[in-house]
Amino acid sequence: MPSTVALTVARYRPERDSEPSFETYEVPYRKDWVVLDALNHVKDNLDGSLSFRWSCRMGVCGSCGMKVNGTPKLTCATFLSDYLPGPIRVEPLDYFPVIRDLVVDITDFVRKLKQVKPWIIRKEEKTTGAGEYLQTPDQLDTYKQFSMCINCMLCYSACPIYGLEPSFIGPAAIALAQRYNMDSRDEGAGERLKILSEHDGIWQCTFVGECTKVCPKHVDPAGAIQQYKLTAATHWVKSLLLPWGTR
Amino acid sequence: MSAGPHYTLYHPRWYRHRVSVWWWLKKGSYALFVLRELTSVFVAFVAMVYLWQVRAIGQGPEAYGQFLARLKTPPFLLLNAITFVFVLFHAITWLNLTPAAMVVRLRGKRVPDWAILGANYAAWLLLSIAVAFVLLRG
Repeated sequence: MPSTVALTVARYRPERDSEPSFETYEVPYRKDWVVLDALNHVKDNLDGSLSFRWSCRMGVCGSCGMKVNGTPKLTCATFLSDYLPGPIRVEPLDYFPVIRDLVVDITDFVRKLKQVKPWIIRKEEKTTGAGEYLQTPDQLDTYKQFSMCINCMLCYSACPIYGLEPSFIGPAAIALAQRYNMDSRDEGAGERLKILSEHDGIWQCTFVGECTKVCPKHVDPAGAIQQYKLTAATHWVKSLLLPWGTR
Repeated sequence: MSAGPHYTLYHPRWYRHRVSVWWWLKKGSYALFVLRELTSVFVAFVAMVYLWQVRAIGQGPEAYGQFLARLKTPPFLLLNAITFVFVLFHAITWLNLTPAAMVVRLRGKRVPDWAILGANYAAWLLLSIAVAFVLLRG
């Protein structure tokens, strides 16, 4: 077992670099260390100027998504031991503009997420006194998988369509729209249909399937998109046959 | 003012990575995806040959004889062999993706992926046997 492992990290300092370069650090190898531990070791002991995002260290907050040896990963759940003998290459997520080192600008994703209205929409809200909206375990089961999304954006970084067509709403936003569409308490599917069935919505997706492969929470965004394609196509046929029925 | 890059604290100077034309060669799964998309050309070719066949049948036995003779020439045999491989690849890769797109619920529970996949392959096999039976009977 090695005592150290080489960590090759992408650096971009906008005040002096015109493009990213790589810097290699020798970090101690420990069996229970993840890539994020190694990055924190670099920041605390070797180079305090290294910038990266992290928060919870337990695969819940979705902040520490980076590319590890070319694959989008949550660095808090990616063990050094899986990449021996190294070097381990750490880069910022693809397709997002890089602000500094490993930090990317996520404004585009946040804007798209808001567009699909990922919250429960009711035609008429019940008053608090009227009680809660009840749901059976089977009803919960229909959307639960999609509700596991932590907005880590690994799926965007894995999606070549998002890279080639930046206007694409993208995997996580569509999966989260589906999460609410399939919720028995929600009545907002009609409002989401417009944005989802537009050119930049589901129809941009050509089912590469990489989003599902990299998802650390097994959300299956590719499945959500294909399932919604069926919903949108059915709605379109219905609107042709029964123009008055789909209003 | 220095000639350095324009950058202030409140206006980040992003680095935007350009997607290479060769992005699909960077990963095996990307290359397989592009290959799967390309198979549609061969599926279209099969459809064209069928249309050509229907037209030849419509024009009478002589034209149909010519059509069959042309199909037996080496270039067509080679093209058909390549087409067969690609169409097979097309069918298998798409069938393998069906569980993601087809969600079937029985008694409130989702039917597992292997059952969806098995049903699709079984339907494919049965249809192929039926077509083979019709073609080879005479």
